Amino acid sequence: MAHYASILDLIGNTPLVDISQLSPNPTTRILAKLEAQNPGGSVKDRVALSMVQTAEKEGTIVPDTGQVIVESSSGNTGIGLAMIAKVRGYTLKVVLPENVSEERKQLLRIWGAEIIPSPGSEGSNGAMRRAQDLAAAHDDWWFPFQYGNHANVQAHLEGTGPEIWRDCPEVTHLVAGLGTSGTLIGVGTFLKRQNPDVQVWAIEPPAGEMVDGLKNFDEGFVPPIFDDYNGADLLDRKKIVRPRESLEWTRRLIDVGVFAGISSGAVVAGAHQCAEAVDNAVIVVVLPDGGWKYLSTGAWTDDLGEVVERAKRTMYF
Amino acid sequence: MPVEVRLPTVLRQHAGGQASVKANGETLEDVFVDLVRQFPGLAGQVVTEDGALHKFVNVYRNDDDVRYLDKLATKVADGDVISILPAVAGG
Repeated sequence: MAHYASILDLIGNTPLVDISQLSPNPTTRILAKLEAQNPGGSVKDRVALSMVQTAEKEGTIVPDTGQVIVESSSGNTGIGLAMIAKVRGYTLKVVLPENVSEERKQLLRIWGAEIIPSPGSEGSNGAMRRAQDLAAAHDDWWFPFQYGNHANVQAHLEGTGPEIWRDCPEVTHLVAGLGTSGTLIGVGTFLKRQNPDVQVWAIEPPAGEMVDGLKNFDEGFVPPIFDDYNGADLLDRKKIVRPRESLEWTRRLIDVGVFAGISSGAVVAGAHQCAEAVDNAVIVVVLPDGGWKYLSTGAWTDDLGEVVERAKRTMYF
Repeated sequence: MPVEVRLPTVLRQHAGGQASVKANGETLEDVFVDLVRQFPGLAGQVVTEDGALHKFVNVYRNDDDVRYLDKLATKVADGDVISILPAVAGG
């Protein structure tokens, strides 16, 4: 194709790159799917586009009307939605926890989104509750609710999953980050349909340690899509990767030329643990975004100990 | 076997404000029984009355979510760190 009609046509079809040089096991390969190659810079472009296209098909939203979309996000879903809202003619408001990197905030503003700040101590749960309240108070606003929107999962069932199977049918393990659970559920479900032996490993940050605003556990949150698609049966392992290890692997990715975000370091740390545990495996690991949005955190340049302390107070998933 | 149990902010009030406590057991279930013996206020907080993990709680043995190991029957060893965290999302 000589040219594309829209920037949105560039979403998806991201490359898979062999990073087995980072594998501790000579018989186990690691392949990284570089979601930074999406035009908005992250895997969430897929989710944002899928949710918007579905809502347009259903007539919930109408392009070029300036209709308000309100969503909660720690950054990337908001950024994807902001880019799409700019192109498709919507007004975006993003409820964003205050403790995200400066670049995430700037990117949202660049594409014309309004940021509604929410307290960092409440994490994503708090941002989501505020977005729900706002949506409830404004009948004409559309609230995609990425945690419960099946179009989130569809983006990966129909896009990311089939791409991985097309490019690497020998895959034995999927390793990906757990945020909304959309990537894991969509890709994991697709791959297990093709080959039930594929193992699915979820990686998460110790986010619960940062949230101290809960009165009791009933204020905790499991994304509805995780339950709707039987996530508990789909996952084979779920592991926390802490900020120090995440940052160490974000730096080690540079050794294979990959400049990726901090959550990518976390999932590659998970892939490394997986490779230590299994022989003759082919691990596909989904790297959610690139490094650009984290330069201000000093992730590559500052003293590791200092960056780790900063990362403990920052949302990077 | 003594293990370290790290408590989330929301549970510390039931354990004299401590962020980390010691407990004994061969399995996670034993550890939680021992915890409730030491701190009766923790009863029903992590393990429900019908003996399952509370839906909005994640329990980790050395950062591995026990729901994907052997749940409450997960074995623990001397020196293991058990972390209890509220379920939260990202994205």
